Amino acid sequence: MSVSTQLETRQARFASRKRVNMLAIALAMSAMAFGLFWLFWILFETVRLGIDGLTLATLTQMTPPPNEEGGLANAIYGSVLMVALATAVGAPIGIMAGIYLAEFDSKGWLAETTRFVNDILLSAPSIVIGLFVYSVVVSSFKSFSGFAGVVALALIVIPVVIRTTEDMLRLVPAGLREAAYALGAPKWKVIGSITMKAARSGVITGVLLAVARIAGETAPLLFTALSNQFWTSSLSEPMASLPVTIFKFAMSPYENWQKLAWAGVFLITLAVLGLNIVARVLTRQKS
Amino acid sequence: MNQTTSPKRALSGPLADQIFGLLAKAAALLTMGLLAAILLSLAISAWPAVHKYGLSFLTSTVWDPVQEDFGGLVMIYGTVATSLIALLIAVPVSFGIALFLTELSPAWLKRPLGTAIELLAAVPSIVYGMWGLLVFGPVLATYVQIPLQSAFNGVPYLGAFVSGPPVGIGILSAGIILAIMIIPFISAVMRDVFEVTPALLKESAYGLGATTWEVVSRVVLPYTKTGVIGGIMLGLGRAIGETMAVTFVIGNFNQLDSLSLFQAANSITSALANEFAEAGEGLHQAALMYLGLVLFFITFVILSLSKFLLAQLRKGEGTKT
Repeated sequence: MSVSTQLETRQARFASRKRVNMLAIALAMSAMAFGLFWLFWILFETVRLGIDGLTLATLTQMTPPPNEEGGLANAIYGSVLMVALATAVGAPIGIMAGIYLAEFDSKGWLAETTRFVNDILLSAPSIVIGLFVYSVVVSSFKSFSGFAGVVALALIVIPVVIRTTEDMLRLVPAGLREAAYALGAPKWKVIGSITMKAARSGVITGVLLAVARIAGETAPLLFTALSNQFWTSSLSEPMASLPVTIFKFAMSPYENWQKLAWAGVFLITLAVLGLNIVARVLTRQKS
Repeated sequence: MNQTTSPKRALSGPLADQIFGLLAKAAALLTMGLLAAILLSLAISAWPAVHKYGLSFLTSTVWDPVQEDFGGLVMIYGTVATSLIALLIAVPVSFGIALFLTELSPAWLKRPLGTAIELLAAVPSIVYGMWGLLVFGPVLATYVQIPLQSAFNGVPYLGAFVSGPPVGIGILSAGIILAIMIIPFISAVMRDVFEVTPALLKESAYGLGATTWEVVSRVVLPYTKTGVIGGIMLGLGRAIGETMAVTFVIGNFNQLDSLSLFQAANSITSALANEFAEAGEGLHQAALMYLGLVLFFITFVILSLSKFLLAQLRKGEGTKT
């Protein structure tokens, strides 16, 4: 083989390698565009159809029967109430368990198992949580209730909060803890006034993310809180929630129900994405 | 002063510590007990159906609440088929996104683009469902199904895959929507594991004249392969357990008589979402609980596998460099 043909094959190979590379880069860029495309399409339609259905009556009136005027007030109230109570129940348990994993026992078998179980719970299908709460709470009280909905949502809050609390506490430098111990502070005080304070914004972020997660959850409420056409503050009765109402209204053939469902979807998306963005801003300031 | 406070302090320190420690431990134990309690309660509630049908429940296609005869194959098929379609679309796209974010994107774009993809994961599933049913479904029917039907009209096998009424609900739309939903999960894991690859390895390859694609396919991918598979498993677990988005678009039709991708079908999660609240106590409810148990078992196995693979990668960190 002469020198010139050798050079030619080498150049040809280089050209083909470059072509493959360009192709891969182009495909990667289109994958990125593909991902963003759906996000913008979904957001665009939600905003367009949501604002269309949104009126003052949406926020002040009760859910209507088919083909009548009405709003989503009872569903919004039910959602806010259940999400608030579930966070109030779930977040402290999650924070305590997170503290246990980060501060008390980070390498033992109990911690390892808890971490594993927590990861499973974190990604477990939420409808299974609904089944569990149904068979434990609803079937023993013989009635669907807002209380059962709160329990189901709280069970979803716990793993999210455990995970972020542990991660955030691990970021606190050991020197801070050691300095506090050296001053003679007992452990509960070190955790309460030093490490938790240092990790505060991270822990709050975790709670906010958990709230964002349960605010949009539908599956675990379907057969725990069920739904209710009327305003109720009683936790022992079935309670309306925004996601379940949207589900019922969107699947119906009635035009006014579908319109309200779009308004509800718009409100939920706004709340959930808002919470996510606030959570991100909080952690960014930290780091 | 010393006499009054020092005994008190000596007591309060350890005692408060013990109480605090116990509370924290109790919270951890509660979490652990939760998984056992879920499994146990599902098994107890499903017992009548498990007892009556045994494992043949998994291979029977009958689902007849009136005659009280139940089998889960239709739903299991729906769950498996939609999740596979979702993976088929989501894995290459997520790989591309991760590649873009780690190797190609200019530094100032990395954060906003990463955040945008992560927000896709935060959108509640009911939003995907409603969008899928009322916006995406009709578009899919008009611009994909109808042209395909006229193109494959009369062609054996291929024609059967696209038959069905053109309303845009069925296995394919559910699979596509699931794909959109799991792309952020898979690409986030892939991006994170790609970033674990030591810069030294990549720079050596670049130094030898490798192209970006060669660095990714021959250095980064082999180094991170367990992590990549773990991420795919995580996405699969999500897809299998997803409820609302699937319930909206799959059509909830309990029969398995067509291979068409556009035929209404059912999945485990949508059967639960639609029928459970109305099912009376008894065999119908037990059969649904059995389905729930199958679902939880499948996701449990997949998630454990994913966690194991990701841990494997983490263990390798630092030793292979």
